[in-house]
Amino acid sequence: MKKLLPALAACLLLALSSFMMLRTAATGYQVGDKAADFQLKNVDGKLVSLASNKAAKGYIVVFTCNTCPYAKAYEQRIIDLHTKYAPQGYPVVAINPNDPAVAPGDSFADMQKRAKEKKYGFPYLQDESQEVARQYGATRTPHLYVVSRQGNDFVVSYIGAIDDNSEDAKLVKTKYLENAMTDILAGKPATVGATKAIGCTIKWKKA
Amino acid sequence: MMHKFILLALACCLLALPGQAQRVAVVRLPELQRRLSQPSDTTYVVNFWATWCAPCVKELPNFEQLNRAYAGRKVKVLLVSTDYASQLDKKVRPFVARRGLRSEVLLLNETDPNTWMDKVDSQWSGALPFTLMINNKRQKRASFEQEFTQPELTAALQQFLQ
Repeated sequence: MKKLLPALAACLLLALSSFMMLRTAATGYQVGDKAADFQLKNVDGKLVSLASNKAAKGYIVVFTCNTCPYAKAYEQRIIDLHTKYAPQGYPVVAINPNDPAVAPGDSFADMQKRAKEKKYGFPYLQDESQEVARQYGATRTPHLYVVSRQGNDFVVSYIGAIDDNSEDAKLVKTKYLENAMTDILAGKPATVGATKAIGCTIKWKKA
Repeated sequence: MMHKFILLALACCLLALPGQAQRVAVVRLPELQRRLSQPSDTTYVVNFWATWCAPCVKELPNFEQLNRAYAGRKVKVLLVSTDYASQLDKKVRPFVARRGLRSEVLLLNETDPNTWMDKVDSQWSGALPFTLMINNKRQKRASFEQEFTQPELTAALQQFLQ
């Protein structure tokens, strides 16, 4: 028993420390949670919130950035999602949570340049304080959240990946997000509500 | 013709010299799972990285240093690249050679993270770098979805080994 106590204490300490080190993995939204609204600056200089588009039934909120190879690999697919789902009431809202001090190339000016070059038809917002990414529990780029309007609230109805092949859109077999959207647009909960994907870690501000 | 062959042989020798880097084995998930479930008293430090991941590349020397410092102390560093398998010869092998990596390097040849990530560790949300410490004999496991400095990594391992 005497031997067991230090071991237990060590285990507890380890569990605590790894919990503290994992900044966001275990926190943030789950499917079914209410998503808080935000006010973030768009590349056109105007503030954008979820409430500001009265016609939206919901949004495809995507944490993305200029610099991550995975975000770049998915950029065209994100543009296509907006083209497909905005007319059905679910436009894309892209949010860049990276600290430009850590990720040069993700400055507001770089974001403006990218949105213009690629003719983004959706807002591209800077999460300067990184509060929104933390609230949602985003850990990587790209990281998607579908939120659906319920009365005055927005409820999280899908979290995760776009599809099953980041390298080559032509080799995709399962379109996770589109499958979820089919359910959501039919007023049903997504059969697969949460998926995982690899991405670049969000470039958090150095404490 | 012979002349060309000698030149080629010489070039191969020269390329193989720097750092005597490890070769990169390409594995599918079951093979990786088999490696991580060995019932031994060796502590595995498994770092998931990619050549395109800046924080990963930055912290790799810390894992190399750990590998050297704990040589012969039942600690094994395993560097698992999540680069696309199509990049093995183009990016991963040259990277490993250029850096002279001495720790064992594997390339995980799986295309859909959603089918395998939870099987590696359910705590992992998908951000890189990601590090596991596993000791099966002592039934210990810790996961870290973060970038490590050298002191942080050493401290985490020391804590794990206690």
